[in-house]
Amino acid sequence: MRVNAVHAASGEMNMKTVDLLVIGGGSAGMAAAVSAYDCGVRNVMIIERSDQLGGILCQCIHNGFGVHRYHKELTGPEYAQRSAAEVQKREITCLLHAFVIDVSKERVVTVVHPQEGVFRVQAKALVLATGCRERARGALMIPGTRPAGVITAGSAQRYLNLKGYLPGKEAVILGSGDIGLIMARQFALEGIRVKEVVELMPYSSGLRRNISQCLDDFNIPLSLSSTVVEIRGRERVSSVVVAKVGPDRKPIQGTEREIACDTLVISAGLIPENELGKMAGVQMSRSTKGPVVDDCLQTSLEGVFACGNALHVHDLVDHVSEEGERAGKYAAEYVQNKVTAEEAIPVHEGFGVGGLIPQYVKKHGGSETISFVFRPRVRIANAVVTVFADKECAAKRSVSILTPGETCEIVVRREKLRQAAGIEIAAEGPDGKRA
Amino acid sequence: MMETKTFICIQCPMGCRLLTQIENGEVQSVSGNNCVRGAFYAKQEAVTPERILTCLMRASNRDTPISVKTTKAVPKHLMYQCTEIIYATHPEAPVKSGQVLISDILGTGADVIATRDLP
Repeated sequence: MRVNAVHAASGEMNMKTVDLLVIGGGSAGMAAAVSAYDCGVRNVMIIERSDQLGGILCQCIHNGFGVHRYHKELTGPEYAQRSAAEVQKREITCLLHAFVIDVSKERVVTVVHPQEGVFRVQAKALVLATGCRERARGALMIPGTRPAGVITAGSAQRYLNLKGYLPGKEAVILGSGDIGLIMARQFALEGIRVKEVVELMPYSSGLRRNISQCLDDFNIPLSLSSTVVEIRGRERVSSVVVAKVGPDRKPIQGTEREIACDTLVISAGLIPENELGKMAGVQMSRSTKGPVVDDCLQTSLEGVFACGNALHVHDLVDHVSEEGERAGKYAAEYVQNKVTAEEAIPVHEGFGVGGLIPQYVKKHGGSETISFVFRPRVRIANAVVTVFADKECAAKRSVSILTPGETCEIVVRREKLRQAAGIEIAAEGPDGKRA
Repeated sequence: MMETKTFICIQCPMGCRLLTQIENGEVQSVSGNNCVRGAFYAKQEAVTPERILTCLMRASNRDTPISVKTTKAVPKHLMYQCTEIIYATHPEAPVKSGQVLISDILGTGADVIATRDLP
């Protein structure tokens, strides 16, 4: 690994050229860089804003990562270290402390760096691996005062695990996604009292095992179909008001109760981070909130690829690394001029299907099989997932339980889709029941 | 007397629903698991629940904490006793990932090791 191997020309803004530029040095970006390098691309650069590679993994000190990829339960830092070791083994340039401020559709990237200053890089291919960010109080529009002590779960994790600060003493957690659940456990272990986890939906969006090992193990109560309707406190949070919600997810009057606490932790979902992609003019999906891609993970802009949580929010880092590898491989093929522009078949979200990736399938290029990944819109027991090529069934899969908390994958052979004008993925109950 | 207990398997993110039949404190059968690890987990969980512990340790000479884990699962009821020992231990940096910071914590046979480098 070469660190900071960019030298700006004195005075003028220097334009450097690279074969592959990866924006983001987390698990997706590292996997993409490594796989492109192994496919024969030699001039690869990773741009990372932090002081180390690894992205969000560095602050996820709990275990459970890498079961699929390394057949071992690793903690986040350990997983990051393994991935970073792969980068370091190769001649891949890693520019740390670097921040991208502009991306053009011609793949010219403007970077700011404390020593190198502002410079531009022309990339033959570009991989967007910028991860995702959290929904915060503003996005939820929680009424009340504006005291200190309202914090997102990821920020709390960062304060605690990387900086060594306890963010509070008594906390209520809003949202029962995985990060919220993991933080509930860590708070309990570090001596912060978690009074309650409050979830708007009638089910948790977190993995089942996290409900078990993070809440049940520590006797932390979970209130479903509930939400925080008011934050109270002058300088610091003094309490929050929680109310039940109806099927319309609106608070029910008269069910309010006040919980004294000094911290409200918000774990209300993740949104792919795509300011740079949007800047370049990459077409976005309203469903995934990430770029629209074909099965080679290429966006609407030629030579611009996306992977990891920037593309769609994943349940497991193992899948992020795998997707990063694919993006790297196809980006390498693009650099090596092995990709020909060809017609693509649009893929539609059918009944029960949301957050579907990819949105286009190439008729010829790419691998023999195509994997479709989606997030079920509703909970369905004994579900049947079907891939329709026009109206014909091209693949079918039964799943015992589909829940919005867990993504589902279905794999199809490309040859079965080639003739179709359109593809649709649907998730239905047994016997095609749509309830 | 036959007793039925259900667990959510925590061995991998699949989260299988395990159904165990227990007689006289011994697990007679496990169902609902998709792999052998689930069966092992259910048998252990029915008798002595165990967890791998991950938390933070403070170095004596750094502000940044060291993330640590136990090398194997420790009994769940010893979790807080383990964290008390971990929080009272202050190794000197630099610390390497994988370095043993406490060996055989509370006689459980598990070592507490660093999971990241603290230079």
